[in-house]
Amino acid sequence: MSATEKTTRIGQAAIEPFDVRRVREDFPILSQTVHGKPLVYLDNAATSQKPKIVIDALQHFYSADNSNIHRGVHLLSERATRAYEEARVKVQRFIHARESKEIIFVRGTTEAINLVAQCYGGTHVSPGDEILITAMEHHSNIVPWQILCEQKGAVLRVAPINDDGELLLDEFERLLGRRTKVVAIAHISNALGSINPIKQIVEMAHSRNVPVLVDGAQAVPHAVVDVQDLGCDFYAFSGHKLYGPTGIGVLYGKGPRLEAMPPYQGGGDMISSVTFEKTTYNVLPHKFEAGTPNVAGTIGLGLAIDYVNGIGLEAAAAYEDELLSNATAQVSQIPGVRLIGTAKEKAAVLSFVVDGVHPHDVGTILDLEGIAVRTGHHCAQPLMDRFDVPATTRASFAFYNTKQEIDALVAGIHRVKEVFA
Amino acid sequence: MTTDLRDLYQELIVDHSKRPRNFRRLEGANHRAVGYNPLCGDRVTLYLKLDGDVIKDIAFEGSGCAISTASASILTETLRGKTRAQAEALFHGFRELVTGNTDGPAEVDLGKLVAFSGVSEFPARVKCATLSWHTLVSALNDDRKEVSTE
Repeated sequence: MSATEKTTRIGQAAIEPFDVRRVREDFPILSQTVHGKPLVYLDNAATSQKPKIVIDALQHFYSADNSNIHRGVHLLSERATRAYEEARVKVQRFIHARESKEIIFVRGTTEAINLVAQCYGGTHVSPGDEILITAMEHHSNIVPWQILCEQKGAVLRVAPINDDGELLLDEFERLLGRRTKVVAIAHISNALGSINPIKQIVEMAHSRNVPVLVDGAQAVPHAVVDVQDLGCDFYAFSGHKLYGPTGIGVLYGKGPRLEAMPPYQGGGDMISSVTFEKTTYNVLPHKFEAGTPNVAGTIGLGLAIDYVNGIGLEAAAAYEDELLSNATAQVSQIPGVRLIGTAKEKAAVLSFVVDGVHPHDVGTILDLEGIAVRTGHHCAQPLMDRFDVPATTRASFAFYNTKQEIDALVAGIHRVKEVFA
Repeated sequence: MTTDLRDLYQELIVDHSKRPRNFRRLEGANHRAVGYNPLCGDRVTLYLKLDGDVIKDIAFEGSGCAISTASASILTETLRGKTRAQAEALFHGFRELVTGNTDGPAEVDLGKLVAFSGVSEFPARVKCATLSWHTLVSALNDDRKEVSTE
């Protein structure tokens, strides 16, 4: 996908080819066999694998630095606190936020969206108001808003998409009404790979004073994200899809928005003083981080960001685009295979159905060939209904995948067709 | 270890998945149940014509993967003419076969159902194989409720 900043290398003869062989050596899990075949891991949109530097960071933390943060006067606590807060700055720089206090650590994208739905939505949405989402959202960007709507007597509006899986911008704009209080939209669709024009959407919403939450779970691993350039009010993503540990995610919010919101949960660390009569809440970002956080996971996420920066996200994204083009060209030529999601702007996801074969059978046969893909509704049941399929098979790519692995996928799909011929 | 594709997708299973037998709405059915697997969206409606304790006729409708469709198809072939007690014994034996959890030698002749022996190597697919059987139990009890694998 196109990045927000282009790096020009004047005077350099050629840009080095992406060295996938070397990159693969950083991921211990990839060099194994499953069912007697080399593992071909194409389920990266579900979760990505972890480089050794991240695995080692978790072990190092528990072996050398483990301690609670923001409270101990002892050395271990100081080390743990410093590493935790350094990770916050790494995240801030990674998504180009203005200040590190705009980075809230949560469990993942899902928790980030629930936080905004409850803390922002809970104080700004009244009966009859509307929340605007799109037809391609993951359940995590549908259900928190449905819960809010039920609590407040508000209405969930859904902007439609076309048969290629692209948002219909005109329809979206038409649905942005006087009663719209929040827009919540995926940056990149997990089931289709479609990239939404977030900047344009934010401009449309802001011209009507509507804040925008972006579900960036699928975007941060594949694109340079600049939240200030996008202009969005909230941006959510998960560490585990960005080569980091599970159980750690990020909510970015514009400072003034976060300042004006009530806390999400009450407990330790989110307070500045407590008496039985009155509690004063802590300042950002701690106001939203009640309880002992996932310290090791946060440090691991920081290392994952270091790793991705070392690879270079733009080079990685360009390489992933090559993989996607290659896979799209090959898979779309197989008779009886239909691609679901053919947007012009797409990243890293190839969803498809094989005529007469249920996706679960496709998934099992591919698994026996050593190929890990996702089959099912991808936590996007309304989207499956839109394309009138019960489920799809989804291959999703990361920068450690190879052209040979795409060939293995294509051979696997031919095998599926043989079995059910 | 290499697991062979054909351990799971035996010819009989592929054949029944592509050409399911007794795949229709059964007129005059006096027992009926709907089974649903929310994980994959598989859905089966089972129709029974019970005469006393004997399954006089049986048919099904629905959509699902090869394993669940073939399982429902072979279930209908196996159970026509069987008594309620025989059907329950077959389900017991079938469940042991596909889960690999056996508490002794099989007491029933599973017939064609042995084609599903490979399922025990695929824990994620056990629910596909047993969906129609859970639906059968519901139909025999005539709960008239939707049964779910979850």
